[in-house]
Amino acid sequence: MKYSIFSLARAALSGHKNWRPTWRDAAPKDRYDVVIIGGGGHGLATAWFLASEFGIRNVAVLEKGWIGSGNAGRNTTIIRSNYGLPGNTGFYELSMKLWERMEQDLNYNAMVSQRGVLNLYHSDAQRDAFARRGNTMRINGIDAELLDQAALRKMLPFLNFENARFPIQGGLLQRRGGTARHDAVVWGYAHAASALGVDIIQNCEVTGFTRDANGKVTGVETSRGKIGAGKVGMAVAGSSSRVAAMAGLRLPIESHVLQAFVSEAIKPLLPNVMTFGAGHFYVSQSDKGGLVFGGDIDGYNSYAQRGNLPVMEDVCEGGMALIPMIGRVRLLRQWGGIMDMSMDGTPIIDKSPVDGLYINAGWCYGGFKATPGSGFVFAHLLARDQSHKEAALFRLDRFQRGAMIDEKGQGAQPNLH
Amino acid sequence: MRITCPFCGERELGEFTYLGDAKPQRPAADAGEDAVYNYVYLRDNIAGVMSEHWYHGGGCRAWLKVTRNTLTHEISAVEAAAGAGAAKVGA
Repeated sequence: MKYSIFSLARAALSGHKNWRPTWRDAAPKDRYDVVIIGGGGHGLATAWFLASEFGIRNVAVLEKGWIGSGNAGRNTTIIRSNYGLPGNTGFYELSMKLWERMEQDLNYNAMVSQRGVLNLYHSDAQRDAFARRGNTMRINGIDAELLDQAALRKMLPFLNFENARFPIQGGLLQRRGGTARHDAVVWGYAHAASALGVDIIQNCEVTGFTRDANGKVTGVETSRGKIGAGKVGMAVAGSSSRVAAMAGLRLPIESHVLQAFVSEAIKPLLPNVMTFGAGHFYVSQSDKGGLVFGGDIDGYNSYAQRGNLPVMEDVCEGGMALIPMIGRVRLLRQWGGIMDMSMDGTPIIDKSPVDGLYINAGWCYGGFKATPGSGFVFAHLLARDQSHKEAALFRLDRFQRGAMIDEKGQGAQPNLH
Repeated sequence: MRITCPFCGERELGEFTYLGDAKPQRPAADAGEDAVYNYVYLRDNIAGVMSEHWYHGGGCRAWLKVTRNTLTHEISAVEAAAGAGAAKVGA
């Protein structure tokens, strides 16, 4: 089904009774050229790029639950490309450019909204660090503006500029950043991939790999039977270590829980995405009116998809330090997702040491913004057996080589990234 | 989640800081690069019962070895880490 103003009008005139499912819920075939494990944003984007850019259409996406039931539906929907280190800067900008054309490419409304991402700074040192990151972005052709307090007071008069401990001095603004509707991103990729022949198979949990005499992966064992594969790519976020363990691999990853929050709906207040620079708090306002916000991961290994109160308190304190007027807004919902925290805070997109198995993991809590870029470069790797130039540094062996990409400079302690 | 410190009793989570899996052992100085790589970077990342190091910074400042289920957050045992003391991780 192709969506347009005419399809909308037709459906409206027939009482909206003729809408059809936007993608095909497939049953597994015996064999595919490529099997992707994980029906989240990254897996579905990979399948779509394989079919649309690299001409590989005999592809299956296997999802243990329903598509988008993991982190794709649990994030704070922020998109941006304001990174400072080689490897990250170019990759996230590739992703940002794909966000900008996604809805046209997919023929699907993902509500991509370039409302701007503003990182606030609270000290001279932080201003200098932000100026440097902004300059790095601009040298690489990415938009960035360093705003002083006077400019911010005009834009966002309700911020707590005179906070005694953390006065707001200014901010680094990327106007092209913003938000997207996370579920629609999943459904959009499913819609477009399915139309090109990709099989999306739900309730299909991978329980093992089939290997030939040389150890090469020849397929997967699943809760819906064996499925043969020329190549297998895994994009399973917080479950990366568990899936890799089925192939005998240990990864430089720990799984941690990250909570996110939404308030009751209020009238339009926040024009953009903003982050508190003296703690960890990021917030935007959804089109329904709820404040969508989050902060740090809880800090301990977890597969439980729920967190604890200390982080909730910390996040809310961050919000109060930044925007005191939200103090009486009530919290509506809170949830947790399982992040694959890597040892340097940067993703891994690489062939694994096991022939035929490819890894897309270690997204920490930055996976959502990377969705289109991750799909594109992972499809490139699966199709051509070599890394895309913008993902050439996201190698699995970088820890052995001392070539980490540690944006925060925290070292090998996953809960600090 | 609340942790029952063997020295201080049951305390709220905010008093504690997490280090991670208690299993990796620092290799001998002459063990070679692969052993160090394994120790520093690779993790079992267990989904289930795991033994881990926590620091009671908001209390007695002892390092603790906590046995906890990462699927449910249920804590089954808390003991002092071997050689526990301020800023000293037990072997």
